[in-house]
Amino acid sequence: MSLPVVLFALLATVTAVSALGVVLSRNVVRMAVWLLFTLIGVSLLYLLLGAEFVGAAQLIVYVGGTLVLLVFGVMLTAQGPLRELRTPAAQLVVGGILGAILVSLLIVVSYHIVLPNPPEQDKLPGVASLGLAFLGVTETNPPAALTGLPEGTRVARTPVAYLLPFEIVSVHLLVVLIGAAYLARAKRRVQS
Amino acid sequence: MPEFWSVYLPEPWNLVAAGVVAAAALFGYIGISTFFAIWAERKVSARIQDRLGPTRVGPFGLLQSLADGIKLISKEDVAPAGADRFLFKLAPYLAFCAAFCGFLALPFGKGLVALELNIAAFFMLAVLSSEVFGVVLAGYASANKWSLFGGVREAAQVVSYEVPRAMCVVIPVCVAGTLNLNLIGQQQTGWFWNWNLFHDPFTFVAFFIFFICATASCKRAPFDLAEAESELVAGFHTEYSGIRWSYFFLAEYGSMFAVSGLASLLFLGGWHTGLLPFEPSEVWGFWWGNLLNAAVFIGKCWLLVGVMMWMRWSLPRLRIDQVMMTCLQYFLPISCGLLVGVCLWLLLVPAGAAEVVRYALALGTAGFLLTLIVSLFRYPPMSAPRGQLPGAWDGVRTPLTIQIK
Repeated sequence: MSLPVVLFALLATVTAVSALGVVLSRNVVRMAVWLLFTLIGVSLLYLLLGAEFVGAAQLIVYVGGTLVLLVFGVMLTAQGPLRELRTPAAQLVVGGILGAILVSLLIVVSYHIVLPNPPEQDKLPGVASLGLAFLGVTETNPPAALTGLPEGTRVARTPVAYLLPFEIVSVHLLVVLIGAAYLARAKRRVQS
Repeated sequence: MPEFWSVYLPEPWNLVAAGVVAAAALFGYIGISTFFAIWAERKVSARIQDRLGPTRVGPFGLLQSLADGIKLISKEDVAPAGADRFLFKLAPYLAFCAAFCGFLALPFGKGLVALELNIAAFFMLAVLSSEVFGVVLAGYASANKWSLFGGVREAAQVVSYEVPRAMCVVIPVCVAGTLNLNLIGQQQTGWFWNWNLFHDPFTFVAFFIFFICATASCKRAPFDLAEAESELVAGFHTEYSGIRWSYFFLAEYGSMFAVSGLASLLFLGGWHTGLLPFEPSEVWGFWWGNLLNAAVFIGKCWLLVGVMMWMRWSLPRLRIDQVMMTCLQYFLPISCGLLVGVCLWLLLVPAGAAEVVRYALALGTAGFLLTLIVSLFRYPPMSAPRGQLPGAWDGVRTPLTIQIK
């Protein structure tokens, strides 16, 4: 057992147990805390895989932003029926069946995927190539072959840059921001 | 660090040993810094308010924090009857963990870092922004309306101030072209005009905006709305006592030192004195050079923390609407403008003009500081004869002096 395997086992256990905690706890704020541990576990998994940027982005977006807003909202609004959630039996059954189907699907698929070829160079690409790809530089594609395909298929990799998707997402977020500011503005009463 | 241990230990254990040593060193650093910072806070506040502060325990009252610590450890650990006990006990540790993890990516010298990350600046922002979670949970779990108000205020304040703070981090990152704090530090080797602070007028302004936003996100006065004593008893830590209460203070001082370290790395030349035109750890050997580097870096952190204390005891607390307005109406547009400005500066301004502005800013600031320091020593300290007032009230009799026969 090498160190990464031990660390992975530890992290995966913590993440899975806290994910179960989200489902099984009754109190909304307790759920948020379990969700906090799940999200931190996922970001640590990213860090363990060497994807530093994704791990830190996971922390800043979900833990620092979304989860704080979630708890903030719960603290302002939760009273009586909302604070203690009781799941009806029918929902438990439906959710359990859906979860079981998803897990079995994932297991089946993961047995069909061939192991990825180790890339030529051992060094992981930094965040600079990601930023350049967002700016439309096409020479930043990773050199390694595509993984996760059935054996025998060869996919020719065309150079791709992400300027257009990046711009579309940015403009979309800007529109959402302006919309939120418009909805939350101080409303003046119309003089009659 | 793992290379050093690989001489003594086989493969996985050298990594474990390196991690344990780094974590212990950082924990010790935070603990000792907090120990002296609490003493310094009391002394600074006392001197500003014309008192003496702690004098009894040890020389100059230096061991006051030790006495306080013994008192806090021996206090009873109570939780309110209506509290959510699990969350109530968890919250201080969550707050402290976030402050501690910020130090993991903070280099104290060239290569003197627990975990060299390519995205260290981004990582620090991410980790420090999750410190608020402990405070919010403490406010919720205490089952006390004052605590809840404190937690809600803290959440609103930190989530807002995070945005201009992150913008101000992006400004020197644009100049440096990397998120790696170790590289950003190395780029500022040499004389003090190489520091990012003096790169152009936009980074110069961005430093002050960053420092104010960082003060606000550490919930330090004048932004300590989460624990406003005059309105909320003690805010989010009203119900805490003993060792759990002290963990909140460890977290507060830890995050103060973390943001000060980030500010000095991004703007103030990191571990460089600014007066040596070379990298000390390469010229004076590993141990002496790194000792100097770490000492200079820690000194800069203490300087910035000292300014935070000075601000805390000099300025009155803002109201919550003023706090939010300062962030959303002033700091956010200013930091957006600075970001655009620094990008345009890098693209448009010719190298010669940029150099002139850099030297002018650096030498002007140095000259200003020197004149300020000299003018402090040029005049004798204000004094007045007994029963009279000094300064502008020269010659006026004070009614407060007790007449002693």
